Amino acid sequence: MQIEQISPKQPSMRFSKESLNLDPARESERITLFIQKTVRQNMRRGAVVGISGGIDSAVVLALSVKAFGPERVVAVMMPDKDSDRISETYARELAAKFGVDPILEDITAALQGFDCYHRRDDAIRRVFPEFDAAKGYKAKIVLPSDLLESNTLNVFSVTIVRPDGKQETKPLPSRDMLQIIAASNLKQRSRMSTLYYHAEARQFAVMGSANKNEHDEGFFVKYGDGGVDLQVIAHLFKTQVYQLAKYLGVPESIQKRTPTTDTYSAPQDQQEFFYRLPFHVLDLLWYAKEHNVPKVEAAKVMGLTEAQVSHAFDDIDRKIRTTEFLRLLPPMLGAPEGNGQ
Amino acid sequence: MNQEIEAPIRNFIATNLLYSKEGLTHPDDASLLHEGIIDSLGVVELVEFLQSKFNVKVEQNEVRPDNFDSVAKMAAFVRRKTGAA
Repeated sequence: MQIEQISPKQPSMRFSKESLNLDPARESERITLFIQKTVRQNMRRGAVVGISGGIDSAVVLALSVKAFGPERVVAVMMPDKDSDRISETYARELAAKFGVDPILEDITAALQGFDCYHRRDDAIRRVFPEFDAAKGYKAKIVLPSDLLESNTLNVFSVTIVRPDGKQETKPLPSRDMLQIIAASNLKQRSRMSTLYYHAEARQFAVMGSANKNEHDEGFFVKYGDGGVDLQVIAHLFKTQVYQLAKYLGVPESIQKRTPTTDTYSAPQDQQEFFYRLPFHVLDLLWYAKEHNVPKVEAAKVMGLTEAQVSHAFDDIDRKIRTTEFLRLLPPMLGAPEGNGQ
Repeated sequence: MNQEIEAPIRNFIATNLLYSKEGLTHPDDASLLHEGIIDSLGVVELVEFLQSKFNVKVEQNEVRPDNFDSVAKMAAFVRRKTGAA
């Protein structure tokens, strides 16, 4: 699916820090009707939601229960050995709030079967030969944090955390970057398989939890967390997901939690791994860009310089453009000439 | 100006990123990012190529569009780094 761009001929709208404010009751109702209609059209009978302990899957679970009632919703927790144990605590609290009995599926054994951890750690060791997970070393990959100031491109580094807590970061060569990402993506693809097991065993639909930031900028794994039957909140900015979370009564613990990747062994937040900007800045700037707000106006409202706004706009553009393939269905040819003659 | 820096860069992009036997047909000032010729992986590979081919050290804060977004910009960057500007 291609991202629809706002026509440049449309006049810019009045832009303010309140531009992303939703009517959460109306939006919840709109999404609920969408879920009910889409699931019915696809001849499915309920919803399966992977719950991570994060805000997006929490809102999707709440909306799914609103659409079908808890008896027709399955919530699945899928940690692996790298996951923060608190995530399961939050996920259980969420499920209890909405009357759903969650299923725990630890995917560590599946990932070991895929040799995920060795493949990932071998690549890390090519950069840091001393890295040894068995000795308590942890690692993560990160992007530069200075997007607004210096417009650096999206080039990953790898950070290790030694057993004594000291961190070191080095640039990540291309071959090692690809291997680390490919191995790590086995996690999301294993989770997709698990969710579809539970969905197909009941003829339920797998609910997507990607928000607009993730969906449009390509912060998802093709046929991993991107492999779903419908996208429930992919039209909402992260800050709008928080508005719905508050309205729907998502537990405070989840509303207050910093969004994490919970993918690598070292703790990291999503800003460090991918977005490079806090959501309350990114979402408004992106909204401004989509609605043709002049950079000078966006800068004034956000308390930034025009150059900083340009850097953010450029990064949004690059991420959308370079990840278009993730959102497309596999291309195919039309019938050959002469068919039927 | 001779093309002793531009030519290897063009050849690298054509051969290793585009897998083209016709060479890079875009002008030296074409935006590689905007034209969809390279993505973030291509940027990393170009950094590695410039470091090994021209014996320059590229710092992370130098990996910016004004240094890497075109053949011309990369060549100018290398010339500044090597003092050949």
